[in-house]
Amino acid sequence: MRAVVRSAIALAVLLLLYGLQAGVQAGFTEYAQGIILLAGINIILAVGLNLINGTTGQFSIGHAGFMAVGAYAAAFVGVKLAAPIHGVLGTGSFADAVVFNVALLAGATFAGICGLIVGMPSLRLRGDYLAVVTLGFGEIIRILFNNATFLGSATGYSGDDPSGLPRYTNFFWVFAWVAVIVTLVHNLTFSQTGRSLTAIREDEIAAEAMATPSTRLKVIAFAFSAATAGIAGGLFAHMQAGVRPEDFRFEKSIDMIVMIIVGGLGSISGAILGGIFVAVSLELMRDLQQYRLVLYALLLIVIMIVRPEGLLGTRELHHLLRRKPAAKPAPPAEGA
Amino acid sequence: MSLLELSGVDKIFGGLHAVRGVSFQVEKGKIFGLIGPNGAGKTTLFNVITGVYTPERGQILFEGNNIAGLKPALIAQRGVARTFQNIRIFRTMTVAENVMVAGHHLHKASIASAMLRTRGYERDERALAKRAHELLEILGLSELASEVAGSLPYGSQRRLEIARGLMLSPQLLLLDEPAAGMNSQEARTLNEQIRFLRDQLGLTVVLVEHNMAVVMNVCETIHVVDHGETIAQGTPSEIKSHPKVLAAYLGEEAPGSEPPG
Repeated sequence: MRAVVRSAIALAVLLLLYGLQAGVQAGFTEYAQGIILLAGINIILAVGLNLINGTTGQFSIGHAGFMAVGAYAAAFVGVKLAAPIHGVLGTGSFADAVVFNVALLAGATFAGICGLIVGMPSLRLRGDYLAVVTLGFGEIIRILFNNATFLGSATGYSGDDPSGLPRYTNFFWVFAWVAVIVTLVHNLTFSQTGRSLTAIREDEIAAEAMATPSTRLKVIAFAFSAATAGIAGGLFAHMQAGVRPEDFRFEKSIDMIVMIIVGGLGSISGAILGGIFVAVSLELMRDLQQYRLVLYALLLIVIMIVRPEGLLGTRELHHLLRRKPAAKPAPPAEGA
Repeated sequence: MSLLELSGVDKIFGGLHAVRGVSFQVEKGKIFGLIGPNGAGKTTLFNVITGVYTPERGQILFEGNNIAGLKPALIAQRGVARTFQNIRIFRTMTVAENVMVAGHHLHKASIASAMLRTRGYERDERALAKRAHELLEILGLSELASEVAGSLPYGSQRRLEIARGLMLSPQLLLLDEPAAGMNSQEARTLNEQIRFLRDQLGLTVVLVEHNMAVVMNVCETIHVVDHGETIAQGTPSEIKSHPKVLAAYLGEEAPGSEPPG
């Protein structure tokens, strides 16, 4: 019964997205569609980063590095796997979908492995080590790609075809992945693991005294967060003709942090709103170029003064609508 | 065999010998008091027992196994629960969630099954919530279950820490000044609750406390430390009249001086 209900919901979401996809393509300019896709990618980035910076209280300031790893891996795997998969499945849209999603999962895997490598040493310690290490990681990765000749060095990777990467990314796939990742992160956050992560944020010594394996949980959450950034990177790569190291500068990591601080650290719905906010505001401020960072800095200062907990604090939108207290209390046994 | 046995434990911070050669045994099912003036090393002893610090020397046997130097989470898993002198609850979480955090052993479902909300996960989650509510009931906090923990009054926060510790299904409960900040009515209730934990749940309790009304009332054995060293051990009535204890708490009488009046 449960399985049937869930499949029905999943199918309904997919059909809805499929219908909207046609509507979006017909009703919006190419430019507006680009912003909508970026907003979706931002949502994935923000929701994933929020798991670490918000829920767990560890601070990553180099998430653009994981996005870059995901983007390059998804671009590379997408290009190299296209021929063999098309050989087996033909050249229809189904085969394209398979190539695309295999590429995205490859991006997530590579980014997740990088997350493990970065997280394992730095999350054993308490304090701001993670911030320093992720900052370094983001820069190192960008410089590595800048110098990797088989990935096009500074001009970026655009596959073997002169027309660039195949543009698989569309409304349907972006928001299907948004749905998947928001669901997974939501379920993780509101589970025993999520409670433990929050406990680590609140008081790591007490959490450990309550048998919480804090290092293990932090590393798992961090690797998962890195993997979601990898998915976002893959979607981003296949949205444009190629991926360039330039796309993943430090500013990109700052954009992500702005998303989750605006929305409220620790709130999934806040991260979603923050992701949309940054996508739209980036477009509005496009003429300002790098000066937008000044505006972001001012915005962050104003938020810190006026509303330090961000738009939603640690609350979720559906909790506000239900007029319940901030966190979700566990219901007693009956009726669940 | 005693449940907890310390032998010759030393803990040194730089030039400060915080604990020096402390040995004691806590029998199963007893309520054991650990007292001493401020800075005597009581909380340091708790931190050494629970793995926050590794002792420089000595053994800490819990159920006959040496736990000195193990990670706090491992010691907690083996059945040593504690509360903290300077309350360490998870302030933004609800009272029920605070307790549920300590329920790892009741929650076998993997992280993947939590993400997919499998049947096994939901069964574990219900078991955890049920157990948490039972414990909140025992500590008289069930009506506050969905309150944010940080908003609770001081005494309730202390009781919440005990409830959270009990969620580990411990054998040994270490209470660090559980009556601090409580009024005398609350302290009396606490006495009853500590006895209830021992009598009904079969717990062994070690208690650091300055409130003598609590210590003398509930403890069967009292161990006194001063400047990191043991100065006395005995029953409450023995400790009350022990000259070294009186000296440590009230100061030595100056030689040759007469009591006034």
